[in-house]
Amino acid sequence: MEPIRNPKSEIENRPVRELLLGNQAIARGAWEAGVTFAAGYPGTPSTEIIETLAKRYPETDPRWSANEKVAFEEGMGASIGGLRVLVTMKHVGLNVAADAFMVFPYAGVNGGFVFISADDPGMHSSQNEQDNRYYGRMGKVPILEPSDAQECRDFVIAAFDLSEQFNTPVMLRTTTRLAHHKGLVEVGPRREVQQREFIPDPKRFSVPIYRKLLRPQVEERLEALRVYAETCPFNLLEHTGSKIGVVTSGISYQYVREALPEAGVLRLGMTWPLPARLLRDFCARYETVYVVEEGEPFIEEFMLSRGITNIKGQELFGVIGEQSPGRLREALQLGQTPRPFTENIRLLPRPPMFCTGCGHRTVFAALRQLRVTVSGDIGCYTMGALPPYEAEHTTFCMGASIGTAVGLEKAGHEKVVAIIGDSTFVHAGIPPLIDAVYNGSSLTLIILDNSTTGMTGAQPHAASGRNVLGQDAPKLNLVGICEAAGVENVTVVDTWQRKEVTRTIRKAVNYKGPAVVIAQGPCVQLPEMKYRDVPPYMVIEELCTQCDACFKVWCPAIKRTELNFPLIAGDECTSCTVCAQVCPTEAIVLQDTAVVI
Amino acid sequence: MNKVYSLMFAGVGGQGSLLIAELTSITAVHAGYDVKQTEVHGVSQRGGSVETHVRFGPKVYSPVVTPGEADAVIALEKLEALRFAHFVNPETGVIFVNEYEIIPGSVAGAADIYPYESIAYLRGKGLNVIALPASRIARDLGDGRMANVVMIGALSTRLPLPEASWQKALRTRLPSRYLEGNLRAFAAGWQAVQKEGG
Repeated sequence: MEPIRNPKSEIENRPVRELLLGNQAIARGAWEAGVTFAAGYPGTPSTEIIETLAKRYPETDPRWSANEKVAFEEGMGASIGGLRVLVTMKHVGLNVAADAFMVFPYAGVNGGFVFISADDPGMHSSQNEQDNRYYGRMGKVPILEPSDAQECRDFVIAAFDLSEQFNTPVMLRTTTRLAHHKGLVEVGPRREVQQREFIPDPKRFSVPIYRKLLRPQVEERLEALRVYAETCPFNLLEHTGSKIGVVTSGISYQYVREALPEAGVLRLGMTWPLPARLLRDFCARYETVYVVEEGEPFIEEFMLSRGITNIKGQELFGVIGEQSPGRLREALQLGQTPRPFTENIRLLPRPPMFCTGCGHRTVFAALRQLRVTVSGDIGCYTMGALPPYEAEHTTFCMGASIGTAVGLEKAGHEKVVAIIGDSTFVHAGIPPLIDAVYNGSSLTLIILDNSTTGMTGAQPHAASGRNVLGQDAPKLNLVGICEAAGVENVTVVDTWQRKEVTRTIRKAVNYKGPAVVIAQGPCVQLPEMKYRDVPPYMVIEELCTQCDACFKVWCPAIKRTELNFPLIAGDECTSCTVCAQVCPTEAIVLQDTAVVI
Repeated sequence: MNKVYSLMFAGVGGQGSLLIAELTSITAVHAGYDVKQTEVHGVSQRGGSVETHVRFGPKVYSPVVTPGEADAVIALEKLEALRFAHFVNPETGVIFVNEYEIIPGSVAGAADIYPYESIAYLRGKGLNVIALPASRIARDLGDGRMANVVMIGALSTRLPLPEASWQKALRTRLPSRYLEGNLRAFAAGWQAVQKEGG
């Protein structure tokens, strides 16, 4: 694919190149392709796509949707209505959107429809690994896999043409290193695409009995795509005189070029449908062909099913975690990679923890004290399971805290607390709360309301009062929606008021019937908290009795002096006041106040 | 020159190791190189151990640095220096360490088992370690948070990247109100290594 060159730079005879993250390049490609509707839900490693669209390319009309299914459905409507649509999600997001995803290919698109599945091998920020190419195959849609940031941009642009040419949604699959690596990208101008006309067609869009008529069309389309795959422009063929050949896709291509510079390579840019003839011809030229992919042996299994047998894949390279040049070299016995230095010295782990000033601390301190069974959810608060709190006993998937709590309660755990963030509650917490009340549960639900989606870097949501562009937006009434579900005992508490938090949670746990506690306080990653001009707290050593109560707040800003006094790092302190609340001798005061004294 | 330079930046979430990796990448772009950088987002940014890989040269394939090949490891903290030291090329590479300790807050008894002697230990392994008090230097210049930029000042003495490219990167990437201080921090880092003669 020739990059579209900026006319101005044509004069300078040099294309415009930017250092872009894979995700930023995807956003750039979508903008250049003339996207006029974009939706997603934050999730690592996909979040920066919608964020970049909002920041740099608002013409694409981006939004954060309540969840991935809603995003996908909004995208379907926009596509049928004639717009070019980008929908983004992390791998597990497609589980949520799968209902919509599986049915859309029957109808097909009107305006081009491309969705990003950002897989996370290595589980850097995920609860599982899953190779979503199997979804693409199951849904019978084409899958594209770029190998660097440039191709992230190029493939997205081409994917829209492919979508409209074959009348199908197109999946673009990335993995963590592709999404989160930066590379130089040649960019071009935006193409303005005419909105297509929406022609109502009940046979295509609305009446389920007609789906039987659409079913053969799905197969016909797939067959046409199979033919297309044999000669499509997404593949790279690099023949050499070596006896070794490699079939690969995605970021693994880069690792192959590092570890096996002499090998012949077939890099597949389109990994569904797969080109049987191309693969067979390639493998016929080499003695041994390695199949290197991130995730499951998706290409390898296809090759075996087509009778190609001179291949080696997962048995050498494994299926768990990310690939890397070092891992390939080790698998092929081309060299050992050094391990960390740990002989005679302790390599302490450094697990992530709550930020300085984070409002979740008081809640987990209370839960630890109350010794209740806690079912957690997806967000920063999974760290409540780690020391020093160890006060979260299950975490599975988005919204699971509430259903799991109902089940644990049925299994005989009397005092069960479900804990969920505000964004996750909006995403998948409302139906299970309705169900809990309806089926007579007596659970306590804690909603950690920090007005943002924290773990992915502070994205707004329906209960935050802001939209993706940072503008004011209607704010979901969390108290109202819990009451509407039938919860009579709903209490809102300031999350930094330590005693009040403990007292409120205890009352809710002892209450007969379902209860909700909303612990409110903005995430410290939000700009209004981060750049707030407040004086920090400090310790007056003369008043300190070294009782260590403040250390038990586990605040990273509280250090220990050589004489064993607490010392509050002024440039880290967020003035959350919690350490001052626990100090029995009032030795912790605002710096300004201290000056007066 | 066909050589691809590999750099590993390590630190604790919040120390700004990602920012200096990016500044180095931008500098390499200004100097005319192909550049790739990779970082991990999400939960590890919350006070956890953070690593960023940068590679530059005439043509770069992998954004990932392989253990044993880094021309430099730039560690903003002593424990993180130990964690990522095996990335350095043991014959030709350099480990730059900020002599600064952050005790992992969520590990019980961490202060007692923290590897305070990590620098001596790595030198004992025959590795080339350049240690400098970047946090103290930055504090003396008015803001301890600039320790990260002191470290790339030191790094700049070992890379084939012109001074003008560094300057351009700092000027384009940093907010103007922090620029003056950071330019001084960069110069101080450069000077600290010159003095040591490392």
